[in-house]
Amino acid sequence: MKQFLVFVRKEFYHVFRDRRTLLILFGLPTMQILLFGYALTTEVKNAKIIVVDQAKDAASQQLIAKINASTYFDIDPGEDIEAAFKRGNIRCAVVFPADFENEKRIQIVADASDPNTAKTLTNYLTAIIQPPSAQPYQIIPVTRMLYNPSLNGSMNFVPGVIALVLMIICTTLTSVSIVREKENGTMEILLVSPFNPTYVVLAKAVPYLVLSLLDFILILLLSVFVLDVPIRGSLLLLFAESSLFIISCLSLGLLISSVTQSQQTAMLISMMGMMLPTILFTGFIFPLENMPLPLRIISNFIPSRWYYFIVKAVMLKGLGFWAVWKQTLVLAGMTVTLLTISIKRFKIRLA
Amino acid sequence: MNEKAITCKGLTKRFGDFVAVDNISFEVNTGEIFGFLGANGAGKTTAMRMLCGLSYPTSGEAAVAGYDVFTKQESIKKNIGYMSQKFSLYENLTVKENIRFYGGIYGLTNGELKEKGEGLINKLGLQGESKKMVGELPLGWKQKLAFSVAIIHQPKIVFLDEPTGGVDPVTRRQFWDLIYEAADSGITVFVTTHYMDEAEYCNRISIMVDGRIDALDTPASLKQRYRAETMDEVFYALARGAKRSAD
Amino acid sequence: MRTLRFLLEKEFKQIFRDKGLLPVIFIMPVIQLLIMPLAANFDVKNINLAVIDHDHSGYSQQLLAKIGSSGYFRITANTASFPEAMKQIESEEADIIIEIPANFEEQLIKEGAGPVYLAADAINGTKAGLGSSYLNTILADFNSEIRMKLLPQQANTGIDIRSSDWFNPYLNYRIYMVPGILVILVTMVCGFVAALNIVREKEVGTIEQINVTPVKKWEFIMGKMIPFWIIGMIDFTIGLLIARLVYGIIPVGNLFLLYGFLSVYLVAMLGFGLLISTYSDTQLQAMFVAFFFIIIFILMSGLFISVDNMPVWGKVIARLSPVTYFIDVMRMIVLKGSGFNDIKIPLLIEIVFAIILNGWAILNYRKTA
Repeated sequence: MKQFLVFVRKEFYHVFRDRRTLLILFGLPTMQILLFGYALTTEVKNAKIIVVDQAKDAASQQLIAKINASTYFDIDPGEDIEAAFKRGNIRCAVVFPADFENEKRIQIVADASDPNTAKTLTNYLTAIIQPPSAQPYQIIPVTRMLYNPSLNGSMNFVPGVIALVLMIICTTLTSVSIVREKENGTMEILLVSPFNPTYVVLAKAVPYLVLSLLDFILILLLSVFVLDVPIRGSLLLLFAESSLFIISCLSLGLLISSVTQSQQTAMLISMMGMMLPTILFTGFIFPLENMPLPLRIISNFIPSRWYYFIVKAVMLKGLGFWAVWKQTLVLAGMTVTLLTISIKRFKIRLA
Repeated sequence: MNEKAITCKGLTKRFGDFVAVDNISFEVNTGEIFGFLGANGAGKTTAMRMLCGLSYPTSGEAAVAGYDVFTKQESIKKNIGYMSQKFSLYENLTVKENIRFYGGIYGLTNGELKEKGEGLINKLGLQGESKKMVGELPLGWKQKLAFSVAIIHQPKIVFLDEPTGGVDPVTRRQFWDLIYEAADSGITVFVTTHYMDEAEYCNRISIMVDGRIDALDTPASLKQRYRAETMDEVFYALARGAKRSAD
Repeated sequence: MRTLRFLLEKEFKQIFRDKGLLPVIFIMPVIQLLIMPLAANFDVKNINLAVIDHDHSGYSQQLLAKIGSSGYFRITANTASFPEAMKQIESEEADIIIEIPANFEEQLIKEGAGPVYLAADAINGTKAGLGSSYLNTILADFNSEIRMKLLPQQANTGIDIRSSDWFNPYLNYRIYMVPGILVILVTMVCGFVAALNIVREKEVGTIEQINVTPVKKWEFIMGKMIPFWIIGMIDFTIGLLIARLVYGIIPVGNLFLLYGFLSVYLVAMLGFGLLISTYSDTQLQAMFVAFFFIIIFILMSGLFISVDNMPVWGKVIARLSPVTYFIDVMRMIVLKGSGFNDIKIPLLIEIVFAIILNGWAILNYRKTA
């Protein structure tokens, strides 16, 4: 046991002495949480628009004042819609025809090269120009935003960032650190020591398990205290599920390190090979249901996809184990498979 | 050609508190083979890097081929060849391509490149291997090739940093034949080594201990001064007093 | 100049001999350009609905049929109670619940107004927001249809709003994404691979051999930059062809202008790669640092999420990245046909980036330590 701790301590030294590893370990998650929390919002604010008022009558002036008063829009001076679009100054234009009073017609032109912004702005403008007025036979929609009444954009990203960061640390750092020992030849020295080879591998994995949990706590703290994202469910369950996910990523890291010989390859496989699928197929940026079937099938093989579901359910929806047992089972199955394969591969290498 | 190839006075290099090279002074005559000896960590490579213009001295003065190491590094570089401890030809280029590349950047004309390239390949007996990647050659051949490439532009001085590390005795002998040949053609050779038998091949040698030069003379007079039979014994006599442990 | 020729000759030979590098440079971008736009689709459609119809009236049936045929919604469950529908939300089988109260039709006709309850899973705010606004639009449409039937004589008093969507009339999200993704791919090749390439020479030790030769600093740097600059150009051209053949995107604007901007951009990104390489001793270090910055560059570039919506400090970060400007300009030229006058300011900024990044890198690259 004492020897084991010596190994673990050695591994911590490696991590804490390299500034660049620390950058990835703590800088990246902090940066991502802050960016996603504050900077990256799909909420449209202060969109610049042009108003072409050919009517210049009381009705049009009144509507323009209403548009100007809203926080969504800033009216830019200018008349030439096309030129302004091409310069990228404005997103949208509103045209009042000369005979607005009689015609009661308004043209909205949107720069649809960005389709979602175009849609959102057209909707906002329509709502401002034509507020629902009391009319006979009125259907009144009563909308409730579940879990997130204030539409806090961080809600969606926090679980995604957690999954992404744990994936990077466990897979990339673990595989690179093991392959580094192979490259330097220190692995052989460890393996000829009177130490059980399994412990050598375990000693490499334990520090990253600890670091991942530290990172997880860091992200949770940032989320709760900086981004106002609540933890509604059981903290214990959340930690248990996260540990399971971390172990499955660690196994993947072990597997990568057992099939590669150089740090570069390990890095390329775990970053290029794993990062992109994680970002794409977890579903936290792009909705999975929009993807073509083959890609949807692929997404089922990405552990982070299941973990993302679990975090959302437990942390944000406050659900218990009964709601996530299926996903947990899938994740556990993946973990066992990955672990078995990587241990087997290690044994082959050692033989 | 009375001019000294290298002169150096009070040359010092510090890294923070650590004095890697401590106030060394010596001169190397044109055309001589100058051996630069010392234990690991004694400061040989650091001193050599300063003379090659790869690193700035902290203090002192030095001139290589008549050019000052502080201000005229680029002129120095035109007049020297260098072969480092690490093998530094491109492993994924062929023998011919490496010769062409290094010859080319030293400004050889196309005619010279062709002529020298062929001459060099014939001399080293690499006719069959000229289209092989350098990475596939055995270490001994790589080292001989690296040396030949380092002097392809007929420099005034060539610096060799432990050129024969890890090479078998026969190849080492052949390597020294190449060094003699170069010296005969007028190139000054500045060589660091661990092998004391190689020290005997040099015209003069200096022995560095803890960043200082503790002895400098011909091998024969050094042996006489330390009443030693071989260079080995001279070296032990000096190195015993070292404070820095070899790493 | 002659020295440069020898450096270039060597560099090209090495690149084309590197079996590991070639796929990264030429095949990976193609595959990514084929897959990413399929996966990176923000289009909000296929919103799953859980329906609770307590009314079972003609109106409620008509309303649900109208929603179902709108193209945006899929009714995935008909449930009897709200808790049951919540189960659908909890298991993410439904995104929005629509609950039609009992006596909806009766109340609407007799009392002149009736509620419909919507509950959206708002963890994903965009989806919830757009989904419920689509539903509101459909409800309003349905509402005016009913009104027309019940009060045929009453003229429509509202303003007739017509909207048109320029540059991308079918609101195809892919048309928006492909040019941006192409920029990212070129960025990866130039920023990442070029940095690694230089650091490798450091690691192997060949850079030291170059440093003792009379090769000048600018010659060495040009020798490294020109090949990757050309590769960037080739990759970009392949990408444009794929955009045209696979996604049917034909640049509206002037191609010379596009390539002109690209050539400046590549110099800037190569300068960035060079800068990273001067601060790293091993390829691993270079990868870590490059990875950190490229993630931030991509997130902040406006590729996925518009820079306009960012807070001031976010905009500042976005404006400090050369990637942001090129994505902007790329979309402007390819989709809108913007001309030189429209992009001259970003072009100027990109030139400044190129000068600063390369100048910094050259200052920091030392032949002598």
